[in-house]
Amino acid sequence: MSTRLAELQDIGIRFGDRQLLSNINVTLHQGEIVTLIGPNGSGKSTLIRTLLGLQEPTSGQVIRHSTLRIGYMPQKLHIDPTLPLTVKHFLGLVRGVNKKDIRPTLNKVGIPHLENSQVHVLSGGETQRLLLARALLNRPNLLVLDEPVQGVDVSGQVELYNLIEVIRNELNCGVLMISHDLHLVMAQTDTVVCINQHVCCSGSPQHVKDHPAYQALFGIPGADTSLAIYSHQHDHVHDDSGEVVEEGHVHGPNCNHHAH
Amino acid sequence: MLELLMRALIGGLGVAAVAGPLGAFVVWRRMAYFGDTLAHSALLGVALGFLLDINLNLAIVVLCVGLALVLVTLQKKQIIATDTLLGILAHSSLSLGLVAVSFLDNVRIDLMAYLFGDLLAISQTDLYWIYGGGLAVMALLVAFWRPLLALTVNEELAKVEGYPVETIRLLLMLLVAVVIAVAMKIVGVLLITSLMIIPAATSRKLSQTPVQMASIAGVLGCLSVCGGLWASYHWDTPTGPSVVVCAAFLFLLAYTLPTRKMAA
Repeated sequence: MSTRLAELQDIGIRFGDRQLLSNINVTLHQGEIVTLIGPNGSGKSTLIRTLLGLQEPTSGQVIRHSTLRIGYMPQKLHIDPTLPLTVKHFLGLVRGVNKKDIRPTLNKVGIPHLENSQVHVLSGGETQRLLLARALLNRPNLLVLDEPVQGVDVSGQVELYNLIEVIRNELNCGVLMISHDLHLVMAQTDTVVCINQHVCCSGSPQHVKDHPAYQALFGIPGADTSLAIYSHQHDHVHDDSGEVVEEGHVHGPNCNHHAH
Repeated sequence: MLELLMRALIGGLGVAAVAGPLGAFVVWRRMAYFGDTLAHSALLGVALGFLLDINLNLAIVVLCVGLALVLVTLQKKQIIATDTLLGILAHSSLSLGLVAVSFLDNVRIDLMAYLFGDLLAISQTDLYWIYGGGLAVMALLVAFWRPLLALTVNEELAKVEGYPVETIRLLLMLLVAVVIAVAMKIVGVLLITSLMIIPAATSRKLSQTPVQMASIAGVLGCLSVCGGLWASYHWDTPTGPSVVVCAAFLFLLAYTLPTRKMAA
Protein backbone atom coordinates (compact mmCIF):
# COMPACT_ATOMS: atom_id res chain seq x y z
CA MET A 1 0.00 0.00 0.00
CA SER A 2 1.20 3.52 -0.74
CA THR A 3 2.14 6.09 1.91
CA ARG A 4 -0.44 7.04 4.48
CA LEU A 5 -1.11 10.77 4.68
CA ALA A 6 -3.74 11.12 7.37
CA GLU A 7 -6.03 8.95 9.44
CA LEU A 8 -9.33 9.67 11.09
CA GLN A 9 -9.69 7.26 14.00
CA ASP A 10 -13.01 6.59 15.77
CA ILE A 11 -14.10 10.17 15.23
CA GLY A 12 -17.20 11.16 17.16
CA ILE A 13 -18.70 14.63 17.17
CA ARG A 14 -21.49 15.84 19.40
CA PHE A 15 -23.15 19.26 19.24
CA GLY A 16 -25.06 19.73 22.49
CA ASP A 17 -27.16 16.60 22.86
CA ARG A 18 -27.05 15.80 19.16
CA GLN A 19 -24.60 13.10 18.06
CA LEU A 20 -23.56 14.23 14.59
CA LEU A 21 -20.88 11.64 13.88
CA SER A 22 -19.85 8.44 15.60
CA ASN A 23 -17.07 5.91 15.13
CA ILE A 24 -15.78 7.20 11.82
CA ASN A 25 -12.60 5.60 10.51
CA VAL A 26 -11.09 6.80 7.26
CA THR A 27 -7.49 6.49 6.07
CA LEU A 28 -6.09 8.64 3.27
CA HIS A 29 -3.23 7.46 1.09
CA GLN A 30 -0.94 9.12 -1.42
CA GLY A 31 -2.39 8.89 -4.92
CA GLU A 32 -5.81 7.66 -3.83
CA ILE A 33 -9.13 9.40 -4.49
CA VAL A 34 -11.62 8.92 -1.66
CA THR A 35 -15.16 10.17 -2.12
CA LEU A 36 -17.45 10.87 0.83
CA ILE A 37 -21.08 10.42 -0.03
CA GLY A 38 -24.19 10.81 2.08
CA PRO A 39 -27.46 12.68 2.40
CA ASN A 40 -27.75 16.29 3.57
CA GLY A 41 -26.98 16.65 7.25
CA SER A 42 -25.10 13.37 7.35
CA GLY A 43 -21.97 15.06 8.69
CA LYS A 44 -19.75 14.98 5.59
CA SER A 45 -18.64 18.59 5.83
CA THR A 46 -18.15 18.31 9.59
CA LEU A 47 -15.89 15.30 9.04
CA ILE A 48 -13.81 17.23 6.52
CA ARG A 49 -13.58 20.19 8.90
CA THR A 50 -12.32 17.82 11.57
CA LEU A 51 -9.56 16.59 9.29
CA LEU A 52 -8.61 20.20 8.52
CA GLY A 53 -8.43 21.10 12.21
CA LEU A 54 -11.32 23.56 11.96
CA GLN A 55 -13.47 21.39 14.20
CA GLU A 56 -12.36 19.58 17.35
CA PRO A 57 -13.64 16.00 17.57
CA THR A 58 -15.54 15.09 20.75
CA SER A 59 -13.93 11.66 20.71
CA GLY A 60 -11.36 9.84 18.60
CA GLN A 61 -8.31 11.38 17.00
CA VAL A 62 -6.94 12.77 13.79
CA ILE A 63 -3.48 11.56 12.85
CA ARG A 64 -1.68 13.82 10.41
CA HIS A 65 1.56 12.33 9.12
CA SER A 66 4.56 14.60 9.08
CA THR A 67 4.64 14.96 5.30
CA LEU A 68 0.99 16.02 5.13
CA ARG A 69 0.31 19.24 3.27
CA ILE A 70 -3.32 20.01 2.60
CA GLY A 71 -4.83 22.01 -0.23
CA TYR A 72 -8.38 22.89 0.77
CA MET A 73 -11.22 23.88 -1.47
CA PRO A 74 -14.15 25.20 0.56
CA GLN A 75 -17.74 24.69 -0.47
CA LYS A 76 -18.39 28.35 -1.21
CA LEU A 77 -16.43 31.50 -1.64
CA HIS A 78 -18.06 34.59 -0.28
CA ILE A 79 -16.05 37.75 -0.73
CA ASP A 80 -17.61 40.97 0.45
CA PRO A 81 -18.51 43.10 -2.60
CA THR A 82 -16.81 46.09 -0.98
CA LEU A 83 -13.45 44.32 -1.40
CA PRO A 84 -12.03 44.81 -4.89
CA LEU A 85 -10.01 41.70 -5.67
CA THR A 86 -8.69 40.24 -8.89
CA VAL A 87 -8.09 36.53 -9.48
CA LYS A 88 -4.35 37.15 -9.44
CA HIS A 89 -4.49 38.96 -6.09
CA PHE A 90 -6.76 36.31 -4.59
CA LEU A 91 -4.25 33.61 -5.47
CA GLY A 92 -1.38 35.78 -4.21
CA LEU A 93 -2.82 35.47 -0.70
CA VAL A 94 -1.73 31.81 -0.37
CA ARG A 95 0.79 31.63 2.45
CA GLY A 96 4.33 31.51 1.11
CA VAL A 97 3.20 31.38 -2.51
CA ASN A 98 5.69 31.89 -5.31
CA LYS A 99 4.07 34.50 -7.57
CA LYS A 100 5.59 32.76 -10.59
CA ASP A 101 3.42 29.70 -9.92
CA ILE A 102 0.15 31.58 -10.33
CA ARG A 103 0.02 31.68 -14.12
CA PRO A 104 0.90 27.99 -14.69
CA THR A 105 -1.67 26.99 -12.05
CA LEU A 106 -4.37 29.05 -13.75
CA ASN A 107 -3.42 27.27 -16.98
CA LYS A 108 -3.72 23.92 -15.27
CA VAL A 109 -7.27 24.58 -14.07
CA GLY A 110 -8.24 26.09 -17.41
CA ILE A 111 -8.88 29.75 -16.56
CA PRO A 112 -5.68 31.60 -17.66
CA HIS A 113 -7.79 34.29 -19.36
CA LEU A 114 -9.33 35.35 -16.04
CA GLU A 115 -6.08 36.38 -14.34
CA ASN A 116 -7.07 40.05 -14.11
CA SER A 117 -10.83 39.60 -13.64
CA GLN A 118 -12.55 40.62 -10.43
CA VAL A 119 -13.50 37.55 -8.37
CA HIS A 120 -17.06 38.83 -7.97
CA VAL A 121 -17.90 38.48 -11.65
CA LEU A 122 -16.87 34.83 -12.07
CA SER A 123 -19.47 32.18 -12.91
CA GLY A 124 -20.10 29.16 -10.68
CA GLY A 125 -17.76 26.90 -12.64
CA GLU A 126 -15.03 29.54 -12.88
CA THR A 127 -15.20 30.14 -9.13
CA GLN A 128 -14.79 26.40 -8.46
CA ARG A 129 -11.73 26.35 -10.74
CA LEU A 130 -10.33 29.39 -8.97
CA LEU A 131 -10.75 27.68 -5.60
CA LEU A 132 -9.08 24.56 -6.98
CA ALA A 133 -6.17 26.73 -8.17
CA ARG A 134 -5.82 28.20 -4.70
CA ALA A 135 -5.77 24.71 -3.16
CA LEU A 136 -3.08 23.64 -5.66
CA LEU A 137 -0.89 26.68 -4.94
CA ASN A 138 -0.46 25.44 -1.37
CA ARG A 139 1.64 22.61 -2.95
CA PRO A 140 -0.48 19.88 -1.36
CA ASN A 141 0.00 16.15 -1.20
CA LEU A 142 -3.61 15.89 -0.10
CA LEU A 143 -6.44 17.77 -1.78
CA VAL A 144 -9.55 18.21 0.35
CA LEU A 145 -12.52 19.26 -1.75
CA ASP A 146 -15.88 20.10 -0.20
CA GLU A 147 -18.40 19.61 -2.99
CA PRO A 148 -16.07 20.68 -5.79
CA VAL A 149 -18.80 20.75 -8.43
CA GLN A 150 -21.34 22.83 -6.56
CA GLY A 151 -23.22 25.28 -8.76
CA VAL A 152 -21.90 23.73 -11.97
CA ASP A 153 -24.04 22.18 -14.73
CA VAL A 154 -23.79 18.45 -15.45
CA SER A 155 -21.33 18.63 -18.36
CA GLY A 156 -19.21 21.05 -16.32
CA GLN A 157 -19.32 18.60 -13.41
CA VAL A 158 -17.94 15.80 -15.55
CA GLU A 159 -15.17 18.13 -16.78
CA LEU A 160 -14.26 19.13 -13.24
CA TYR A 161 -14.12 15.54 -12.00
CA ASN A 162 -11.91 14.67 -14.96
CA LEU A 163 -9.67 17.63 -14.13
CA ILE A 164 -9.36 16.43 -10.53
CA GLU A 165 -8.30 13.01 -11.76
CA VAL A 166 -5.75 14.53 -14.13
CA ILE A 167 -4.30 16.56 -11.26
CA ARG A 168 -4.16 13.49 -9.04
CA ASN A 169 -2.25 11.58 -11.72
CA GLU A 170 0.12 14.49 -12.25
CA LEU A 171 0.91 15.25 -8.60
CA ASN A 172 0.27 11.75 -7.27
CA CYS A 173 -1.50 13.43 -4.38
CA GLY A 174 -4.29 12.00 -2.27
CA VAL A 175 -7.79 13.41 -2.77
CA LEU A 176 -10.67 13.51 -0.31
CA MET A 177 -13.85 14.94 -1.74
CA ILE A 178 -17.52 15.23 -0.94
CA SER A 179 -20.06 14.37 -3.58
CA HIS A 180 -23.81 14.01 -3.71
CA ASP A 181 -23.82 11.78 -6.72
CA LEU A 182 -21.96 8.49 -6.84
CA HIS A 183 -22.68 7.83 -10.51
CA LEU A 184 -20.92 10.96 -11.67
CA VAL A 185 -17.77 10.35 -9.63
CA MET A 186 -17.59 6.56 -9.97
CA ALA A 187 -15.10 6.55 -12.83
CA GLN A 188 -12.67 8.84 -10.98
CA THR A 189 -12.93 7.35 -7.50
CA ASP A 190 -10.85 4.61 -5.92
CA THR A 191 -12.72 4.37 -2.63
CA VAL A 192 -16.19 5.49 -1.64
CA VAL A 193 -17.20 6.04 1.96
CA CYS A 194 -20.92 6.29 2.45
CA ILE A 195 -21.75 8.29 5.56
CA ASN A 196 -24.91 8.93 7.47
CA GLN A 197 -23.75 9.95 10.95
CA HIS A 198 -21.70 6.73 10.87
CA VAL A 199 -19.95 4.85 8.10
CA CYS A 200 -22.75 2.94 6.38
CA CYS A 201 -20.46 1.14 3.98
CA SER A 202 -17.19 1.72 2.17
CA GLY A 203 -15.05 0.20 -0.55
CA SER A 204 -14.80 0.38 -4.32
CA PRO A 205 -17.55 2.37 -6.08
CA GLN A 206 -19.05 -0.84 -7.50
CA HIS A 207 -19.04 -2.51 -4.11
CA VAL A 208 -20.74 0.48 -2.46
CA LYS A 209 -23.29 0.81 -5.25
CA ASP A 210 -24.43 -2.75 -4.67
CA HIS A 211 -24.33 -2.49 -0.90
CA PRO A 212 -27.73 -2.70 0.83
CA ALA A 213 -26.87 0.20 3.17
CA TYR A 214 -26.12 2.46 0.20
CA GLN A 215 -29.26 1.35 -1.58
CA ALA A 216 -31.29 1.99 1.53
CA LEU A 217 -30.07 5.59 1.44
CA PHE A 218 -29.99 6.33 -2.26
CA GLY A 219 -32.33 3.77 -3.79
CA ILE A 220 -31.52 0.82 -6.05
CA PRO A 221 -30.02 2.11 -9.28
CA GLY A 222 -32.00 1.37 -12.42
CA ALA A 223 -30.76 -0.90 -15.19
CA ASP A 224 -29.50 2.05 -17.17
CA THR A 225 -26.54 3.11 -15.05
CA SER A 226 -25.04 5.31 -17.76
CA LEU A 227 -27.78 7.80 -17.06
CA ALA A 228 -27.12 9.41 -13.73
CA ILE A 229 -30.47 9.93 -12.13
CA TYR A 230 -30.18 11.44 -8.69
CA SER A 231 -32.49 9.26 -6.68
CA HIS A 232 -31.91 10.30 -3.14
CA GLN A 233 -34.29 8.59 -0.78
CA HIS A 234 -34.75 10.43 2.46
CA ASP A 235 -34.13 7.91 5.21
CA HIS A 236 -35.06 10.08 8.14
CA VAL A 237 -37.73 12.52 9.20
CA HIS A 238 -37.15 16.17 10.09
CA ASP A 239 -39.10 18.05 12.70
CA ASP A 240 -40.19 21.67 12.26
CA SER A 241 -36.80 23.08 13.18
CA GLY A 242 -35.01 20.80 10.71
CA GLU A 243 -33.62 18.48 13.39
CA VAL A 244 -33.42 14.83 12.43
CA VAL A 245 -36.04 12.78 14.24
CA GLU A 246 -34.24 9.61 15.23
CA GLU A 247 -37.01 7.08 14.77
CA GLY A 248 -37.07 7.55 11.00
CA HIS A 249 -33.51 6.28 10.60
CA VAL A 250 -32.93 3.09 8.59
CA HIS A 251 -30.09 1.05 10.04
CA GLY A 252 -27.53 -0.39 7.66
CA PRO A 253 -25.80 -3.71 8.41
CA ASN A 254 -22.62 -1.96 9.65
CA CYS A 255 -24.60 0.40 11.74
CA ASN A 256 -23.56 0.21 15.38
CA HIS A 257 -25.75 2.78 17.07
CA HIS A 258 -28.88 0.68 17.47
CA ALA A 259 -29.32 1.58 21.11
CA HIS A 260 -31.18 4.89 20.87
CA MET B 1 -3.29 81.73 14.62
CA LEU B 2 -1.31 80.40 11.71
CA GLU B 3 0.71 78.15 14.00
CA LEU B 4 -2.50 76.82 15.50
CA LEU B 5 -3.89 76.04 12.06
CA MET B 6 -0.66 74.38 10.93
CA ARG B 7 -0.64 72.15 13.98
CA ALA B 8 -4.28 71.25 13.42
CA LEU B 9 -3.56 70.46 9.79
CA ILE B 10 -0.52 68.31 10.55
CA GLY B 11 -2.40 66.42 13.26
CA GLY B 12 -5.49 65.94 11.13
CA LEU B 13 -3.49 64.69 8.15
CA GLY B 14 -1.64 62.22 10.37
CA VAL B 15 -4.87 60.74 11.67
CA ALA B 16 -6.65 60.66 8.30
CA ALA B 17 -3.70 59.02 6.54
CA VAL B 18 -3.87 56.02 8.86
CA ALA B 19 -7.64 55.96 9.54
CA GLY B 20 -8.32 55.59 5.80
CA PRO B 21 -6.36 52.38 5.13
CA LEU B 22 -7.50 50.80 8.39
CA GLY B 23 -11.03 51.90 7.55
CA ALA B 24 -10.84 49.76 4.41
CA PHE B 25 -10.53 46.69 6.66
CA VAL B 26 -13.39 47.95 8.83
CA VAL B 27 -15.56 48.16 5.70
CA TRP B 28 -14.45 44.81 4.24
CA ARG B 29 -14.98 42.95 7.50
CA ARG B 30 -18.18 44.82 8.35
CA MET B 31 -16.74 46.07 11.62
CA ALA B 32 -18.29 49.56 11.48
CA TYR B 33 -20.48 48.94 14.51
CA PHE B 34 -17.55 47.36 16.32
CA GLY B 35 -15.48 50.51 15.70
CA ASP B 36 -18.35 52.64 16.93
CA THR B 37 -18.57 50.64 20.14
CA LEU B 38 -14.88 51.05 20.85
CA ALA B 39 -15.12 54.75 20.05
CA HIS B 40 -18.03 55.31 22.41
CA SER B 41 -16.16 53.62 25.20
CA ALA B 42 -13.24 55.99 24.67
CA LEU B 43 -15.01 58.66 26.70
CA LEU B 44 -14.96 56.31 29.66
CA GLY B 45 -11.22 56.07 29.04
CA VAL B 46 -10.95 59.86 29.28
CA ALA B 47 -12.85 59.89 32.59
CA LEU B 48 -10.70 57.10 33.99
CA GLY B 49 -7.59 58.87 32.81
CA PHE B 50 -8.54 61.97 34.80
CA LEU B 51 -9.63 59.96 37.83
CA LEU B 52 -6.44 57.89 37.98
CA ASP B 53 -4.29 60.78 36.79
CA ILE B 54 -2.66 58.89 33.92
CA ASN B 55 -2.04 59.92 30.33
CA LEU B 56 -5.38 60.18 28.54
CA ASN B 57 -4.23 58.59 25.28
CA LEU B 58 -2.82 55.66 27.21
CA ALA B 59 -6.03 55.30 29.21
CA ILE B 60 -8.10 55.26 26.02
CA VAL B 61 -5.90 52.67 24.30
CA VAL B 62 -5.97 50.40 27.36
CA LEU B 63 -9.74 50.71 27.72
CA CYS B 64 -10.40 50.09 24.01
CA VAL B 65 -8.15 47.04 23.91
CA GLY B 66 -9.77 45.72 27.09
CA LEU B 67 -13.24 46.20 25.65
CA ALA B 68 -12.20 44.52 22.39
CA LEU B 69 -11.04 41.48 24.38
CA VAL B 70 -14.30 41.38 26.35
CA LEU B 71 -16.22 41.56 23.08
CA VAL B 72 -14.33 38.66 21.53
CA THR B 73 -14.90 36.53 24.62
CA LEU B 74 -18.62 37.31 24.80
CA GLN B 75 -18.99 36.77 21.06
CA LYS B 76 -17.55 33.27 21.37
CA LYS B 77 -20.09 32.38 24.05
CA GLN B 78 -22.89 33.38 21.68
CA ILE B 79 -25.33 34.32 24.42
CA ILE B 80 -26.93 37.09 22.37
CA ALA B 81 -26.56 38.30 18.79
CA THR B 82 -23.39 40.27 18.10
CA ASP B 83 -25.12 43.49 17.05
CA THR B 84 -27.24 43.49 20.21
CA LEU B 85 -24.11 42.92 22.26
CA LEU B 86 -22.37 45.80 20.50
CA GLY B 87 -25.37 48.05 21.06
CA ILE B 88 -25.40 47.28 24.77
CA LEU B 89 -21.66 47.85 25.19
CA ALA B 90 -21.55 50.98 23.01
CA HIS B 91 -24.27 52.89 24.75
CA SER B 92 -23.71 51.70 28.28
CA SER B 93 -20.01 52.54 28.08
CA LEU B 94 -20.79 55.96 26.60
CA SER B 95 -23.31 56.63 29.37
CA LEU B 96 -20.92 55.33 31.98
CA GLY B 97 -18.32 57.69 30.57
CA LEU B 98 -20.70 60.67 30.79
CA VAL B 99 -21.67 59.75 34.34
CA ALA B 100 -18.02 59.33 35.34
CA VAL B 101 -17.13 62.70 33.82
CA SER B 102 -19.83 64.38 35.90
CA PHE B 103 -18.06 63.22 39.06
CA LEU B 104 -14.91 65.10 38.09
CA ASP B 105 -15.64 68.33 39.99
CA ASN B 106 -12.14 69.65 40.20
CA VAL B 107 -11.30 69.15 36.52
CA ARG B 108 -12.84 71.23 33.82
CA ILE B 109 -13.59 69.05 30.81
CA ASP B 110 -14.80 70.43 27.54
CA LEU B 111 -17.26 67.62 26.88
CA MET B 112 -18.14 68.87 23.42
CA ALA B 113 -14.50 68.64 22.42
CA TYR B 114 -14.39 64.97 23.37
CA LEU B 115 -17.71 64.12 21.77
CA PHE B 116 -17.22 65.97 18.49
CA GLY B 117 -13.53 66.75 18.44
CA ASP B 118 -11.61 69.99 18.54
CA LEU B 119 -8.90 70.05 15.95
CA LEU B 120 -7.76 73.51 17.01
CA ALA B 121 -7.02 72.38 20.57
CA ILE B 122 -4.28 69.99 19.48
CA SER B 123 -1.13 70.31 21.55
CA GLN B 124 2.45 69.44 20.70
CA THR B 125 2.16 66.29 22.87
CA ASP B 126 -0.94 65.24 20.95
CA LEU B 127 1.06 65.48 17.74
CA TYR B 128 3.68 63.12 19.16
CA TRP B 129 0.93 60.65 20.05
CA ILE B 130 -0.70 60.94 16.64
CA TYR B 131 2.52 60.42 14.71
CA GLY B 132 3.96 57.81 17.07
CA GLY B 133 0.73 55.80 17.12
CA GLY B 134 0.04 56.45 13.46
CA LEU B 135 3.45 55.28 12.31
CA ALA B 136 3.22 52.16 14.48
CA VAL B 137 -0.20 51.31 13.05
CA MET B 138 0.99 51.96 9.52
CA ALA B 139 4.10 49.82 9.97
CA LEU B 140 2.06 46.92 11.36
CA LEU B 141 -0.51 47.28 8.60
CA VAL B 142 2.21 47.05 5.95
CA ALA B 143 4.07 44.22 7.68
CA PHE B 144 0.95 42.11 8.17
CA TRP B 145 -0.85 43.18 5.01
CA ARG B 146 -1.05 39.73 3.43
CA PRO B 147 -2.22 37.80 6.52
CA LEU B 148 -4.74 40.54 7.32
CA LEU B 149 -6.13 40.39 3.81
CA ALA B 150 -6.10 36.59 3.67
CA LEU B 151 -8.13 36.54 6.87
CA THR B 152 -10.57 39.08 5.48
CA VAL B 153 -11.13 37.09 2.31
CA ASN B 154 -11.72 33.73 3.99
CA GLU B 155 -10.77 32.83 7.55
CA GLU B 156 -11.01 29.06 7.08
CA LEU B 157 -8.78 29.01 4.02
CA ALA B 158 -6.31 31.21 5.86
CA LYS B 159 -6.32 28.86 8.84
CA VAL B 160 -5.81 25.74 6.72
CA GLU B 161 -2.92 27.46 4.93
CA GLY B 162 -1.29 28.02 8.31
CA TYR B 163 -1.90 31.69 9.06
CA PRO B 164 -2.15 32.39 12.83
CA VAL B 165 -5.79 33.44 12.50
CA GLU B 166 -6.54 34.27 16.15
CA THR B 167 -3.44 36.43 16.53
CA ILE B 168 -4.09 38.34 13.33
CA ARG B 169 -7.70 38.99 14.30
CA LEU B 170 -6.55 40.35 17.64
CA LEU B 171 -3.95 42.51 15.91
CA LEU B 172 -6.62 44.11 13.75
CA MET B 173 -8.71 44.97 16.81
CA LEU B 174 -5.66 46.42 18.50
CA LEU B 175 -4.95 48.61 15.47
CA VAL B 176 -8.54 49.87 15.45
CA ALA B 177 -8.28 50.66 19.17
CA VAL B 178 -5.07 52.66 18.69
CA VAL B 179 -6.49 54.64 15.78
CA ILE B 180 -9.58 55.49 17.81
CA ALA B 181 -7.43 56.71 20.69
CA VAL B 182 -5.38 59.04 18.52
CA ALA B 183 -8.27 60.16 16.31
CA MET B 184 -10.47 61.17 19.22
CA LYS B 185 -8.91 64.61 19.53
CA ILE B 186 -9.66 65.35 15.89
CA VAL B 187 -13.25 64.26 15.35
CA GLY B 188 -14.43 63.15 18.79
CA VAL B 189 -15.84 59.83 19.98
CA LEU B 190 -19.12 60.16 18.11
CA LEU B 191 -17.55 60.79 14.72
CA ILE B 192 -14.38 58.67 14.68
CA THR B 193 -15.89 55.74 12.78
CA SER B 194 -16.95 58.07 9.99
CA LEU B 195 -13.33 59.08 9.39
CA MET B 196 -12.55 55.40 8.90
CA ILE B 197 -15.47 54.20 6.83
CA ILE B 198 -16.53 57.17 4.67
CA PRO B 199 -13.19 57.62 2.84
CA ALA B 200 -12.90 53.83 2.46
CA ALA B 201 -16.41 53.56 1.04
CA THR B 202 -15.69 56.42 -1.38
CA SER B 203 -12.45 54.76 -2.38
CA ARG B 204 -14.25 51.53 -3.32
CA LYS B 205 -15.71 53.27 -6.34
CA LEU B 206 -12.26 54.29 -7.56
CA SER B 207 -10.18 51.14 -7.00
CA GLN B 208 -9.47 47.78 -8.58
CA THR B 209 -7.26 46.24 -5.89
CA PRO B 210 -7.18 46.20 -2.10
CA VAL B 211 -3.93 48.22 -1.99
CA GLN B 212 -5.47 50.89 -4.21
CA MET B 213 -8.58 51.06 -2.08
CA ALA B 214 -6.59 51.42 1.14
CA SER B 215 -4.23 54.10 -0.19
CA ILE B 216 -6.92 56.12 -1.94
CA ALA B 217 -8.93 56.03 1.30
CA GLY B 218 -5.95 57.59 3.09
CA VAL B 219 -5.69 60.34 0.47
CA LEU B 220 -9.44 61.04 0.57
CA GLY B 221 -9.28 61.26 4.36
CA CYS B 222 -6.50 63.85 4.08
CA LEU B 223 -8.53 65.85 1.55
CA SER B 224 -11.49 65.81 3.94
CA VAL B 225 -9.30 67.15 6.75
CA CYS B 226 -8.01 69.96 4.53
CA GLY B 227 -11.51 70.81 3.34
CA GLY B 228 -12.99 70.64 6.82
CA LEU B 229 -10.30 72.88 8.29
CA TRP B 230 -10.69 75.37 5.48
CA ALA B 231 -14.46 75.52 5.99
CA SER B 232 -14.02 75.77 9.72
CA TYR B 233 -11.61 78.70 9.29
CA HIS B 234 -13.82 80.56 6.82
CA TRP B 235 -17.25 80.07 8.30
CA ASP B 236 -16.31 79.41 11.90
CA THR B 237 -17.95 75.99 11.87
CA PRO B 238 -16.99 73.20 14.34
CA THR B 239 -13.91 71.46 12.92
CA GLY B 240 -14.73 67.78 13.59
CA PRO B 241 -18.18 67.82 11.99
CA SER B 242 -16.83 69.96 9.12
CA VAL B 243 -14.25 67.27 8.31
CA VAL B 244 -16.98 64.58 8.32
CA VAL B 245 -19.29 66.69 6.14
CA CYS B 246 -16.43 67.12 3.72
CA ALA B 247 -15.80 63.35 3.62
CA ALA B 248 -19.50 62.73 3.02
CA PHE B 249 -19.47 65.28 0.22
CA LEU B 250 -16.60 63.42 -1.48
CA PHE B 251 -18.56 60.18 -1.09
CA LEU B 252 -21.60 61.70 -2.80
CA LEU B 253 -19.41 63.12 -5.52
CA ALA B 254 -17.77 59.76 -6.27
CA TYR B 255 -21.05 57.92 -6.47
CA THR B 256 -22.97 60.47 -8.52
CA LEU B 257 -20.36 61.54 -11.05
CA PRO B 258 -20.10 59.23 -14.06
CA THR B 259 -16.82 57.27 -14.02
CA ARG B 260 -14.75 56.16 -16.97
CA LYS B 261 -13.85 52.79 -15.52
CA MET B 262 -16.08 51.14 -13.02
CA ALA B 263 -14.73 48.71 -10.45
CA ALA B 264 -16.50 45.37 -10.62
